[in-house]
Amino acid sequence: MITLNINGKDVQLDAPDDMPILWALRDVVHLTGTKFGCGMAQCGACTVHLDGQAIRSCVTPVTAAVGKKITTIEHMQNDKVGQAVQAAWSAVDVVQCGYCQSGQIMAATALLTSNKKPTDDDIDAAMSGNICRCGTYPRIRAAIHEAANKLA
Amino acid sequence: MNSPLNISRRTFIKATALAVGGLVIAFSIPNAKRFLLPGISDANASEEASKLPTPNAFLRVGTDNTITVMLAHSEMGQSIWTTLPMLIAEELDADWSKIKVMHAPAAPEYIHTAYGIQITGGSSTTWSEFDRYRQAGALTRALLVNAAAKKLGVAAESIKTENGFAISGDKKISYGDLAEAAAKLETPKAVTLKEPKDWKIIGKATKRLDGPEKINGTAIFGQDVHFDGLMTAMVARSPVFGGSVKSFDASAAKKIKGVHQVVQVPTGVAVIADNYWAAKQGRDALKVEWNLGPNAGLDSKALVSEYRKMAATQGLPAAKAGDIKTAASKATKIIEAEYVLPYLAHSPMEPLNCSVRISQDSCEIWTGTQMQGTDQQAAAKILGLKPEQVKIHTLFLGGGFGRRANPAADFVSEAVQVAKAAGVPVKTVWSREDDVKGGYYRPMYLHQAKIAVDAKGLPVAWEHTAVGQSIMLGTPFEAFQIKDGVDATSVEGVADSPYIKGTPNHLVSLHTPKTGVPVLWWRSVGHSHSAFVMESLVDELAHAAGKDSLEYRRALLNDHPRHLATLNLAAEKASWGKPLPKGVFRGIAVHESFGSFVTQVAEVSVNKGEVKVHRMVCAIDCGLSVNPDSLKAQMESCISFGLGAAMQSEITFKDGMVEQSNFHDYKVMRMADMPKVEVYIVQNTEKMGGVGEPGLPPVAPAVTNAVFAATGKRIRTLPIGNQLA
Ligand code: FES
Ligand code: FES
Repeated sequence: MITLNINGKDVQLDAPDDMPILWALRDVVHLTGTKFGCGMAQCGACTVHLDGQAIRSCVTPVTAAVGKKITTIEHMQNDKVGQAVQAAWSAVDVVQCGYCQSGQIMAATALLTSNKKPTDDDIDAAMSGNICRCGTYPRIRAAIHEAANKLA
Repeated sequence: MNSPLNISRRTFIKATALAVGGLVIAFSIPNAKRFLLPGISDANASEEASKLPTPNAFLRVGTDNTITVMLAHSEMGQSIWTTLPMLIAEELDADWSKIKVMHAPAAPEYIHTAYGIQITGGSSTTWSEFDRYRQAGALTRALLVNAAAKKLGVAAESIKTENGFAISGDKKISYGDLAEAAAKLETPKAVTLKEPKDWKIIGKATKRLDGPEKINGTAIFGQDVHFDGLMTAMVARSPVFGGSVKSFDASAAKKIKGVHQVVQVPTGVAVIADNYWAAKQGRDALKVEWNLGPNAGLDSKALVSEYRKMAATQGLPAAKAGDIKTAASKATKIIEAEYVLPYLAHSPMEPLNCSVRISQDSCEIWTGTQMQGTDQQAAAKILGLKPEQVKIHTLFLGGGFGRRANPAADFVSEAVQVAKAAGVPVKTVWSREDDVKGGYYRPMYLHQAKIAVDAKGLPVAWEHTAVGQSIMLGTPFEAFQIKDGVDATSVEGVADSPYIKGTPNHLVSLHTPKTGVPVLWWRSVGHSHSAFVMESLVDELAHAAGKDSLEYRRALLNDHPRHLATLNLAAEKASWGKPLPKGVFRGIAVHESFGSFVTQVAEVSVNKGEVKVHRMVCAIDCGLSVNPDSLKAQMESCISFGLGAAMQSEITFKDGMVEQSNFHDYKVMRMADMPKVEVYIVQNTEKMGGVGEPGLPPVAPAVTNAVFAATGKRIRTLPIGNQLA
């Protein structure tokens, strides 16, 4: 048994030490908003926040999260920046298939939390680890700028 | 459009009371030709199906005023979750905020109106459903109006409908309050559809209905399916296509905590476990000896040489006119070129997965699929059931791009085999590596062209030979797509090219090698290679003639107004011919596919051999655009998908094995690579075409034509990769 703090709650779960946070979330706790895309830190679909930092949950073992706070897409509506990002995503109508979007929103929220007015270059740097096969990139960029404006 | 449609002649309609209250409208098409897999009988034909109960419906009006629209097609990003309901809501005068959407089950009612099988593909959903969904809306409205007339004791003609209400003078009754009474009425024999001038919803940019759940993480994809007792499986498959299991040792795999069973299935060895992590570790620990089979020597370089050798001889004719030899002998100049395009994986963001629960006399399947029709038949065949005993729950697809529409039903069949062998409900999941290495690729193609031009630089003889695998061979579409040995999709965009048709002497021929690589339609199918070849060749001709790329195309496309309209619109918006920032160059390409016409203009710079695309200007003519914003989104999507393939993606073989494995070596577009995109729509009332694919074909040639403008180097092999380094 291992105790993880997920979205503000301590949760006891039966997961081996080497199990990536992604699979603990998806297959043990059944929080499926966080997605699997590559399993090797290449696509960003599995992005969650660990103490506010965007991490790739597919390559981070559960033991690395002990004593820290895991935040997932399911909690973004309770986060001020997360709310603004989700509202901007809706205003710009970003999503297509939607599969990458939890990870995109988690990455964008982490970016805007640390950088209130990201430039296009900042967005390139922060978001290039998140693949969208549907090519929603122009709308993601527009939505990040829109969220930054709303938060200003 | 304004004449009453006699629905009863074209379609079988029934309106019935919902067991839970409300009104159901169901359609079926008794005369539609169905495609059936060998061994599947048509016992479950439409007559039978018309007796099916409530789920087989297009539309439900609930007593709580909700309007539930059933989608005969799958939502995979293209936004039909919104577009098809728009068609119903328009005719129904529905309250848009009360619309709910569901994927339909696999059933004969939902077979494609043109393709004869339940499928989402060919950029066809909106045009193929434009009448059927509007009719469903209009018919429901008529029933509700009749119910209101009866209730109020007034003539039906005096009743207006608006925003979910039937209105007569100062009296208003909600659709929900009329639903049960409407269900008891006789179905009207005919309905009149609205005139386009009266449309309030069709043609208006409309927000996606699936937006909220895809933003807050609650949307359920196949991968997210979970119920008690559902196990996770991963399958070890042959590293070479066509290989088989010689022997395996599961002892180490079975020692992994959470692994329950290791079973052999036709495609390999499956490890069945509590969760993905255990299944993956179990599979890593598995030792399998393979019979590699006949493809163990497959090698991409050798394959190109082999295809080149084939291209040296004439293939089966696909288009022919005049006499190329005589014309060529009189020509001023002959231009010869060879183009090569690689195998490509679709790599949708959601890796393939399929959950299966089998019981005595039924099977339930949960997956994201584009082709419920063949999936259902394939599962029935494996289990010895009737198709109607196989229930398919379609979840949101985390991308499809053609990969999830497989006539061979590969990932569904395998998952059924795994669940059957395991004897428990199982979700079979693919890793990204499984996806990249798993086949069903866009086939590799080699094209050679020999074009004779006259003194004005215009083509007078065009000899064109294409070499590549057939996608349609062995599928239910074979009879309809392969004529005299020529798969129409292998040469689409070439054999019917306006450039070739406009050249008085031409010969297009095709070689169809039986290379042992599973192939499949990849977003835009044959156009994904043919447009690159044709639009590059035309650029070569323009350059050889000393003409501007746009002017030269205008001259050749003089009799093709829809091509011309997009060409002119994109050129104007991109300021064609006007100066650009230093180091930036333009390229242009136009192509017709899936009934739509698209021009792309690329602005590109090349620095130390690295290509940077700064801006793409796109103009599309797809006839009527039902939702202009989702049309724009599809163009953005096509540009991203097309640029990835143009710049970096390729699947290659060495010693029979795929050399790529994940996104680090099967490279796709990322945020920093994405140019600015502008999309312009040619407004007209022409026949409707598709939008999910037609934006893609002209992307690569627009970029490589710009690269030529920048460097003088003609890119004839994709991807561009490091060819300029
Ligand atoms: S699944 Fe973790 S980065 Fe791709
Ligand atoms: S929306 Fe489909 S992968 Fe991003």
